[in-house]
Amino acid sequence: MTLTVNDLRVHYRTLRGEVRALDGVGFDLADGEILGLAGESGCGKTTLGKSLIRLDGRMRHAGGTVTLDGDELPLSDDRAMNAYRFHRISLVPQYSMSALNPTRRIGRMIRELLASRGVTVDTDELHRRLALVGLEPDVLDRYPIELSGGMKQRAVMVISTLLDPSVLIADEVTSALDVSNQQAVVGALTGLRDKGLVTSMIFVTHDLGLTSHIADSIMVMYAGKLAEKAPTKALTTGPRHPYTKMLIGSLPQVGARHKDRPLSGIEGSPPSLLDPPTRRPTTTPAGGPTGRVFDGCRFRDRCPLADSGCAEEPPVVEVAPRHTVACWKAA
Amino acid sequence: MRRYFARKLLIYALTFVVAVTVNWMIPRFMPGDPVSAMVARARVSQPEAAEAMRSYYNNLFGFDEPLWQQYLHFWGALVRGDFGISIFVFPTPVGDVLLDALPYTLGLMIPAVLLSWFVGNWIGALSARRKVLDNTVLPAGYLLTAMPYMWIAVILAWALGAKAGWFPISGGYSLDIQPGWSAAFVLDALHHWVLPFLSLFLVALGGWAIGMRNMIIYELESDYASYLSALGAPQRLIRRYAFRNAVLPQVTGLALQLGVLVAGALVTEIVFAYPGLGSLILAAIQNQDFFLLQGAFLFIVIGVLIANFLIDIVYVVVDPRTRTGMAGGTS
Amino acid sequence: MSTLPDPAPDAPPAEAPVDRPGRESLHYAVRNPKLIIGVSLVAILLAVGVIGPVLLGDGNPNEYVGPQAAAPDGTYWMGTTTFGQDVYAQFVHGLRATFLVGVVGGAIAAVIAMLVGFLAGYRGGVTDEILNMLTNVVLVIPALAVLLIINAYMGVRSVAVQGLFIGLTSWPWAARAIRAQTFSLRTREFVDLARLSGSGTWRIVFREIAPNMSSYLFMMFILLFGGSILIASSLDFIGLGPTEGVSLGLMLQSAQQWSALQLGMWWWFVPPGAGITAIVGALYVANVGLDEVFNPKLRES
Repeated sequence: MTLTVNDLRVHYRTLRGEVRALDGVGFDLADGEILGLAGESGCGKTTLGKSLIRLDGRMRHAGGTVTLDGDELPLSDDRAMNAYRFHRISLVPQYSMSALNPTRRIGRMIRELLASRGVTVDTDELHRRLALVGLEPDVLDRYPIELSGGMKQRAVMVISTLLDPSVLIADEVTSALDVSNQQAVVGALTGLRDKGLVTSMIFVTHDLGLTSHIADSIMVMYAGKLAEKAPTKALTTGPRHPYTKMLIGSLPQVGARHKDRPLSGIEGSPPSLLDPPTRRPTTTPAGGPTGRVFDGCRFRDRCPLADSGCAEEPPVVEVAPRHTVACWKAA
Repeated sequence: MRRYFARKLLIYALTFVVAVTVNWMIPRFMPGDPVSAMVARARVSQPEAAEAMRSYYNNLFGFDEPLWQQYLHFWGALVRGDFGISIFVFPTPVGDVLLDALPYTLGLMIPAVLLSWFVGNWIGALSARRKVLDNTVLPAGYLLTAMPYMWIAVILAWALGAKAGWFPISGGYSLDIQPGWSAAFVLDALHHWVLPFLSLFLVALGGWAIGMRNMIIYELESDYASYLSALGAPQRLIRRYAFRNAVLPQVTGLALQLGVLVAGALVTEIVFAYPGLGSLILAAIQNQDFFLLQGAFLFIVIGVLIANFLIDIVYVVVDPRTRTGMAGGTS
Repeated sequence: MSTLPDPAPDAPPAEAPVDRPGRESLHYAVRNPKLIIGVSLVAILLAVGVIGPVLLGDGNPNEYVGPQAAAPDGTYWMGTTTFGQDVYAQFVHGLRATFLVGVVGGAIAAVIAMLVGFLAGYRGGVTDEILNMLTNVVLVIPALAVLLIINAYMGVRSVAVQGLFIGLTSWPWAARAIRAQTFSLRTREFVDLARLSGSGTWRIVFREIAPNMSSYLFMMFILLFGGSILIASSLDFIGLGPTEGVSLGLMLQSAQQWSALQLGMWWWFVPPGAGITAIVGALYVANVGLDEVFNPKLRES
């Protein structure tokens, strides 16, 4: 299977104008690949994850295409997308702990969900999958309130993968967990992929360190665009984009003392992606910069290597096999 | 579940004791001598009986006894069903007077409360789905729920009764028909019942419709609804879940509103001179018939406690979580 | 519809125009139609209630001044009662009494609800259990019934005392809501910090918790205010209203007592009820608007 994303743009409508949360991102997801999607809050990674399965009320598909095994996904058409949801693309949401109907027993909810989608699943198969994530079959007779947070999350993982989707989007599934629970969840996810129950996975996270343990490739996003994408080893040992370098550099190292290696961060904050409507055309010097964030490299205000050339947006360039970067200084 | 009911019963028992105590305390702590006031009033209408009344009241109030004995006497009388003698309709016992009026109040309240709740919830649920309906239901609902009960009663009486002449505007039945179970009487009683019922129904309806609409919207935006949508579940399944969950707070809301609904029924009866507890209370106040007033108070409190208990039973049936021993929502 | 400032041609990248949370709220507040309409209506009625009696001079509104049972005309804008009282004069004086009882009842209920709710929500444990019992008991007893008994025995009744007793009986639902909110705020870090620094219960409640709930408390007050007005009007209507002066509920009571309905004197019973409906309705609508202002999620719908 292959998932191809090409120049995808998804904008949010707000009272003050459009927020260009995802502003032209392209990548491939190969068969059996786990792609880690990393970046700061607001970089567009959650928007990307969401847009692949369901646009909510305020989101608007503003351009670009997504192709799954040769079929172009009808992202804007909610009804047409239903054929793909759950069957071929599925989601383990960020809010898994509250994703189950509180007044329904879990087993009953699963049955009703499957019935409404016109599919059945063998009870033994369901029990087998529960066992895979370490849950007893009697979980099905319980109400969500009777389960712990970790158990609810694993139950949701089982439900989401029940129909063996080609692509599973795991949206910040470890963010609210402690380290040992994180390990369990990550282990369960890789197990699902290894057993072929899930073909490929997009693992959205802001935790670069955790991602490097699970992902085959990592894509770092910044301000709605791709910054760098590479196989995990290549990205963590030899990053080419200044942002990636600074991200990795800011990760605390076990064993390093602060006085020997003080923690470094990245000064400043990501730019606002709000694109307010203008009431009259702004006068633009011919061919020159308007100073808007949408022209030029978006990282240039925080980048130590930035110069006047960065006022023009860098294209995504493949600098090594399967290693792409969007930076003038990386080539 | 046993603990749930035990708790509720404890609260109701406590409430009853408090209510009875308050009932007993107030005349003793008010300025003036209520017995003399009562007797003075009676002296005008029943001069012969005045002295007998004075000794009877003194006996019943027990003013010559220590306070705690008076209190116990009060409870004793209560348990025997002795609420005292009414001055307004001397020498009928208060209990009898109240029991005569009770069917009219219940006949008004029970249909009005139940119907307004069911219909209101149904309208509220519908308007949460359709914007057009919502735009009329919401303002209408707020208007209705802001109206004082007696005012809408007067308006309806004036418009549909006095002006249009479709309905009678006073009494529970026409004076020229013999009370009984004949078809003529029943029809006539119904004819008198319509306007008071309508006033109660309309005001309460507004409140339920608004409440339900807000609850449904809240449920439709919940995490479980988003999750099911992401998995491609049809809207009717989500709506079914949302409705079931939205009904729960409406059930507890009904218990909370009982006091307001009773007050509404009382004033509505006054407007229509409907022969229920409301008109009795008015007469009791105008005639300074304190026994009747206190008896009415106790009747109302008992009625509200019973209604609360019934609603608690309904809640256990409707919220499956209460049966597992995990609290559902109410304290 | 919203007016955005034009970006200057060479200005730095536009930042979201939020200086402080207060200013942002104000920005949305003045653009919210429900809030504007609701507040305006209440303000107009309040102005009528405050200024109206002053403009009419010192007269007692219950005086018999005009022809009996006259329909509205140039002199008597709302007509006269069976006894020749000026309905308009009664109306504007009545507005005053109605607002007064709303404020007194609402304020007292709000104070009690806050005391009970904060204490129960913050302390938890036995305190919570006891206060919960208290709340539940007062909650179940129908307020009007208690008020009936209390007011029936009082020889002289005033608006303020009426408000007092209404406040004493209508706080339970608000206390419950405040308790629930306090529960969720209590576990937040800034409260832990305050506790570590040795602050006492009430200090923490009033400096850390209450300010974070201020919008919620304000909305609660509005609902208590409206509820107070409705309860008071019912009490007045039954005949247990203030023994002096006039209120909108008392007007309805007189109208009822003197058969205004049967006599077709619509000008006697329509205005007072309409006044109450207008005030309470406007308050409810304004409340919804406030909710939208304070809850960003609701705004974008």
